[in-house]
Amino acid sequence: MRKKLATVWLGGCSGCHMSFLDLDERLLEIAQWADVVKSPVVDQKEFPEVDVVLVEGAVVNAEHEEEIVLMRRRSRVLVAFGDCAVTANVPSMRNAWPKEVVLRRSYLEVPGTVEGRVPTEEVAALIDRVRPLHELVKVDFFLPGCPPSADLIYYVLTELLHDRVPVLDEARLKFG
Amino acid sequence: MLGKLDEITARVRQRSQEYRLKLQVCCGAGCLSSGAGELLEELKRAVAAQGLEGEVGVVPTGCMGPCNQGPLVRVSPDDTMYEKVVAGEAAGLVECHCGRGEEVRAKLLFSGGEGPVCERASEHPFFRLQRRVALENCGVINPESLEDYIAAGGYRALYHALTGMSREEVIAEIKQSGLRGRGGAGYPTGLKWETVYKHVSAEKYVICNGDEGDPGAFMDRGILEGDPHRVLEGMAIAAYAVGARKGYLYVRAEYPLAIKRFELAIKNARAQHLLGSQVLGTEFQFEVEIRVGAGAFVCGEETALIASIEGRRGQPQPRPPYPAERGLWGKPTLINNVETFANIVPILIQGGEWYASIGTPKSAGTKAFALAGKINNTGLIEVPMGTTLRQIIFDIGGGVPDGKRFKAAQTGGPSGGCIPEEHLDVPVDFESVVKLGSIMGSGGLIVMDESSSMVDVARFFMEFCMDESCGKCVPCRVGTKQMYDLLHRICEGRGTESDLALLEELAPMVKETSLCGLGMTAPNPLLSTLRYFREEYLALIPRRAEGASVGPSAHQP
Amino acid sequence: MNEIVSIQLDGNELKVELGRTILDVCREAGVDLPVMCYLEGLSVVGACRLCVVEIEGSPRLFPACTTPVAANQAIRTQTEKLKRYRRMIVELFFAERNHVCAVCVANNACELQDLARRVGMDHVRFPYLFPECGVDASHPHAVLDHNRCILCTRCVRVCDEVEGAHTWDVMGRGHASRVIADFNEPWGSSTTCTSCGKCVQVCPTGALWPKAASMGNLRKEPGKIGELVAKRKLNA
Repeated sequence: MRKKLATVWLGGCSGCHMSFLDLDERLLEIAQWADVVKSPVVDQKEFPEVDVVLVEGAVVNAEHEEEIVLMRRRSRVLVAFGDCAVTANVPSMRNAWPKEVVLRRSYLEVPGTVEGRVPTEEVAALIDRVRPLHELVKVDFFLPGCPPSADLIYYVLTELLHDRVPVLDEARLKFG
Repeated sequence: MLGKLDEITARVRQRSQEYRLKLQVCCGAGCLSSGAGELLEELKRAVAAQGLEGEVGVVPTGCMGPCNQGPLVRVSPDDTMYEKVVAGEAAGLVECHCGRGEEVRAKLLFSGGEGPVCERASEHPFFRLQRRVALENCGVINPESLEDYIAAGGYRALYHALTGMSREEVIAEIKQSGLRGRGGAGYPTGLKWETVYKHVSAEKYVICNGDEGDPGAFMDRGILEGDPHRVLEGMAIAAYAVGARKGYLYVRAEYPLAIKRFELAIKNARAQHLLGSQVLGTEFQFEVEIRVGAGAFVCGEETALIASIEGRRGQPQPRPPYPAERGLWGKPTLINNVETFANIVPILIQGGEWYASIGTPKSAGTKAFALAGKINNTGLIEVPMGTTLRQIIFDIGGGVPDGKRFKAAQTGGPSGGCIPEEHLDVPVDFESVVKLGSIMGSGGLIVMDESSSMVDVARFFMEFCMDESCGKCVPCRVGTKQMYDLLHRICEGRGTESDLALLEELAPMVKETSLCGLGMTAPNPLLSTLRYFREEYLALIPRRAEGASVGPSAHQP
Repeated sequence: MNEIVSIQLDGNELKVELGRTILDVCREAGVDLPVMCYLEGLSVVGACRLCVVEIEGSPRLFPACTTPVAANQAIRTQTEKLKRYRRMIVELFFAERNHVCAVCVANNACELQDLARRVGMDHVRFPYLFPECGVDASHPHAVLDHNRCILCTRCVRVCDEVEGAHTWDVMGRGHASRVIADFNEPWGSSTTCTSCGKCVQVCPTGALWPKAASMGNLRKEPGKIGELVAKRKLNA
């Protein structure tokens, strides 16, 4: 049976999605097994029920907090996709300071700022601490890497879309 | 030399016989801080003013035991004890009791409490159920007077050992006594002595561990303040037995009175040739020095303590090598706790067999406990091993105040655990307490009533261990921090079931892999409260969906 | 030469010399035990607890680096429990400071990163502590980044025991411990540092790194210390 696949981009640099696109012609192979029903490259507003979701990025703001819970509810297998999703990675480097300090630094104090202003409406409100996915929802599979290589993504997706559990041995498991 | 000891004894006895009555004023740290110093002076003045100087003596003593009733005064030989006597009441007390021969009933010990009033000190359960061996002189003699100590039989054991016993015989006697280390681990003392004795070295050391650090524990402080010569004599006997010429008392700076009295004891003992070269006229020489620690809990661990004495960072080292083989300055070193040393003299005087007849077969002798928390009679007590917790808490300690229900007894401080009501009738010894998920520890005993949250208790001790972790090994340094954070979150109602699962996975790992006793035992309060009071943890965890491993507002600063 | 005794290592019978540690014996026998604080040539501190092993007949675990072999010991190095504990220790390391492999100069040249792969750590279950840690870039040639320090104290020991300068030490206790230069001064103003660079070579992570390095070209040679110490012994 064809599967439904989603890929999501939370607080990350989209590098994991770039790596996903690096699957190149193997994307066609994936397309034989699954429909990509929700993704930054698919025009679909609502998050549908899916078999597998790859979630890139850490939970950085209030919107992410809501989205991840919804995704969890509607996904059979939730994959923490890349270091930001697994460890909070680079986005979490602000966590040693309160968010107010971080916002002030970013919007008011950095050199070159003229009449800076901390945005309140245009972007979602930051949460106090950037967090990896598993601190908010149950994660079924962790796929570290910054980004995970296309080969690795291919391996993991192939396994998951065929209802097998991928195994990250020493050669495949790496942060950074 | 024995003649000189006897001479001093006779002199002291004669002087005390001149007195019809003796007013003993507890000058332990607890009573002093509630005004015993002024009371002592005021009593002396009142006795003089009422013309009783020749017949009534006023003397300071060490800790008498019922610490929350201080300042305490005992009138001997009437066997009467008064509680909460303030300086302003001195004249009245002297006039009434010493002058007219009438008891001041309103001030009798325990008259302000919920239990029986102490009519005759020796008959009241608080004292009657105790058996004072290590604390024998504590609260009886003047701790600042070497003569008093000698008159109480002091330094005879040392003399006897030096002149009448071989080193092997001393060790045999200690082995026979069954005495086990009173610092908490319960290692057989005689065996430890023998190990140090067997290591051949021109230099060996004896260390007395007075780095008592458990919150709520003050047994060693009580002994050092109340009977410093007893410890000194015990150390000297140990030094003779193992072949050391130098000893150290390692004591924390928070114990200034203990330091002062021990310093004085060293000075007076040296002046009488009880320390120094040619001790008691023999070839034996022994010097003792005090090393004051800055109060780090981990320095109670023997290798960390040694590092601290040597002037290095107080961090434990992997054993082996054990200090008995390579200790202070790399030499064979005997380390015993204060209370252990305080038991040596009676063992030599009355014999190992006698000591072994007290207590239980595997845990011989007596044990001092510091009672604290939700208990009527807080203070310092000593009971035979094998006494039940129920006897200690309810008969001696007078039970839980304000009609509240007993919930748990915490033994062993941050390294120990909580024992619930259903196990109160288990006889207390080293093994039985471990079976209940706690440890005997150095003797701190904190009582919790129904109003105490056991999760909060676990968090308190975990915070203590986290703060006191030296930071050397990873399981303890980071594990205690993680466990504290998880406990804190649960206490605040932000915890999840997976937090609890994480705690239960982490605790055994920290216990089994930590480098020293601090980390190995840090999870005990957590594990024992989980064992007996799991429902309290579950009650604090709100129902939460999605199986998140951490609650939504984690990582608050 | 000490007495030769037999032991069992993961079920295999071995003849070993008394006086050696379990770690020595394991390495010779090709049994791969993870270590972090241990480094050949430096004193042994037994601090990371990664090399703990089981010895039959004892309920305790023993650090292989400090435990001497004894006759008839039956040692197990790879039980499920040990593997679980080792992974947990690595997780604790990662949760303690701010280890961000992606932007670390030591990415692909880091013992901690390697260790995570070896113990199969696919994520850290413990909450990250995110402490605020400073970076000391005051030294002309190298940087100390506390965010990446795991307090293995190899730098402290190599500086004291091999170089003889004792510039490094540890200040504070528990999770507040920090490696410091001299009396907690900026490294660049240390009066004892000889700029020998040994600390940088032995540091297992990106906590100490040469300013000349960038991600991808950092190479450390901790093994040089063991060689150096061995050569000195020959000459002594």
